[in-house]
Amino acid sequence: MTTTQLRSRPSTSPAPGGTTPAAARRKRPGRLREQLSGWGMIAPAAVLLLAFVFLPAILGFGLAFTNARLISPRPVEFVGMDNFARLFTDPTFWRALLNVSYFAVVVVPVQSGLALAMALLINKKFRGVNFFRTVYFLPVVTSMVVVSLLWLFMYRKDGLINELLSTFSFGLIQGADWLNDPATAMPAIIALSIWQAAGFHMIIWLAGLQSISGELYEAAQLDGASRWHQFRYVTWPGLKHTRSLVLVTITIQALGLFDQVSVMTQGGPLDSTTTIIYEAVRSGFKQQETSYASAISLVFFVLVLLISAVQRYLTREKD
Amino acid sequence: MKNVLRLNSIGAMAVRILFAAVAAFPIVFMLVSSLKPDQQIFGDMSSVAAFLPVGNISLDNYTAVFDRVPAARFLINSVGISAVTVVLGIFINSLCAFALSRMQVRGKRVVFTAILATLIVPFQTLALPLVWWVNQLPYFELNGFSLEISKGWLDTYQVQIIPFIANAFSIYLYHQYFESIPKELDEAARIDGAGWFKIYRQVVMPLAGPATATVAILTFLPAWNSYLWPLMVVQSEELRPVMIGIQYFFQLNVSWGEVMAYASLITVPVVVLFIAFQRSFINSIASSGVKG
Repeated sequence: MTTTQLRSRPSTSPAPGGTTPAAARRKRPGRLREQLSGWGMIAPAAVLLLAFVFLPAILGFGLAFTNARLISPRPVEFVGMDNFARLFTDPTFWRALLNVSYFAVVVVPVQSGLALAMALLINKKFRGVNFFRTVYFLPVVTSMVVVSLLWLFMYRKDGLINELLSTFSFGLIQGADWLNDPATAMPAIIALSIWQAAGFHMIIWLAGLQSISGELYEAAQLDGASRWHQFRYVTWPGLKHTRSLVLVTITIQALGLFDQVSVMTQGGPLDSTTTIIYEAVRSGFKQQETSYASAISLVFFVLVLLISAVQRYLTREKD
Repeated sequence: MKNVLRLNSIGAMAVRILFAAVAAFPIVFMLVSSLKPDQQIFGDMSSVAAFLPVGNISLDNYTAVFDRVPAARFLINSVGISAVTVVLGIFINSLCAFALSRMQVRGKRVVFTAILATLIVPFQTLALPLVWWVNQLPYFELNGFSLEISKGWLDTYQVQIIPFIANAFSIYLYHQYFESIPKELDEAARIDGAGWFKIYRQVVMPLAGPATATVAILTFLPAWNSYLWPLMVVQSEELRPVMIGIQYFFQLNVSWGEVMAYASLITVPVVVLFIAFQRSFINSIASSGVKG
């Protein structure tokens, strides 16, 4: 009885209690036990998420309008928009926003493109496919902090990158002092970020590729479609959902740029690599201004939300 | 036609190898350099020797690392923190996904939507309010025979573990996987008189191996690699995880050989673990796990 009611409920109604009180009274005792054990199983994860995701999110929202400090003898006071007024007049914040946009504008298309190319290369079974899948994924299992440290060494003026550049160009290219020059510091961080994370999005693309039915390719081949046409008319439309997932995850990851900057440049030279999160951590942690950092975090969150909403709108189903 | 196809596949293989070389060269360079004295690292840099363990090879850098950094302590901390996070994470998230996927629980759709909504909140935005919040949490300590309550979780092990146990993505992965396991199995078990927890433990979980492998890796990686969070909440040296050890090398007179040795030391365990699990990991993501 209850079962059919629950199943027949239209999927759009998220009402928590779809059953009427009358129906609830008619419930068999086994159902009540199922409710109780069900909630008992959901509770641990739900309580933890409530305590460590929902609550801090709401708390952060509130703290942004106060003068809270991490350790302070004074009581917390409501200060209205003060933190935001200060934030929006801070040139470093605008510089951080610009840097992060620059980073995202390059990383999002290049990294998703390379990741798709890698996924296409290892999509079909061939001898050694597992070897390539593993190697392509290796940078992802290497911590971003280790990667940053390693590339910090390779980017030195007398480092490996410059040696490789000069070897492969037969001495024509004299490398830059990558991380100490405001013009090259951000491109250098972009390169290593793509190197580290492309493998992860390769896996997501691969999941999408594997879900496309092989029959579609056979039909296309029978019609004499070239490889490009197969990609254009079978693969690309088949990746519609994967595309928006990749786009959103890469964008959020790009906007949250922090580890690389913290290890390699500390925002320098001349603020050319500072980011929103780096500024938030710097003010919240080093200067202990929890409220100001919360304001930065809130702005960041709204930004992420806006951009994902715009992306969802642009990649929506058009029918 | 055949020749064109063969040319195509040779071309594809060449591109594959090029990509593999780009993906692997910094890691090979790191491992190889960790075995060389500084002078030789720089000397080898302009030739292929940079990627080969040749010349004056020794483990001297590794012994020096253990003198400079309490590396053993950090490794033990990270192993413990990651292991506890992974084990509890697998248990709690799969349990939650089991109830959401296979049981008739009122309001489960709302709960599931709320859980998925947490995926859009980047951790970085939570980190700072979370620091403030965990500093207000009570902390129970058994001291002899009296239970002492102190305030603040800062500078403890649990602050590095408990906030990261529940994970929306893990719940989502398990949920997806559980949906693919026939529900008739549950009904058969119920007719045999099994309770829900017994069905979870003895029917469903044994069939969810690939999902567990994926969740294990996806929980282990951020736990092992965490840097921002311990930087903010852990001050005592004896509680620090491995990534914080990197700060010990931002000093004067850094030996790059030692840096590479420490970097290898904290990377190799992850790589070994990944290679052990990689088949079920990549296959389970690529075949069922992540779908838009």
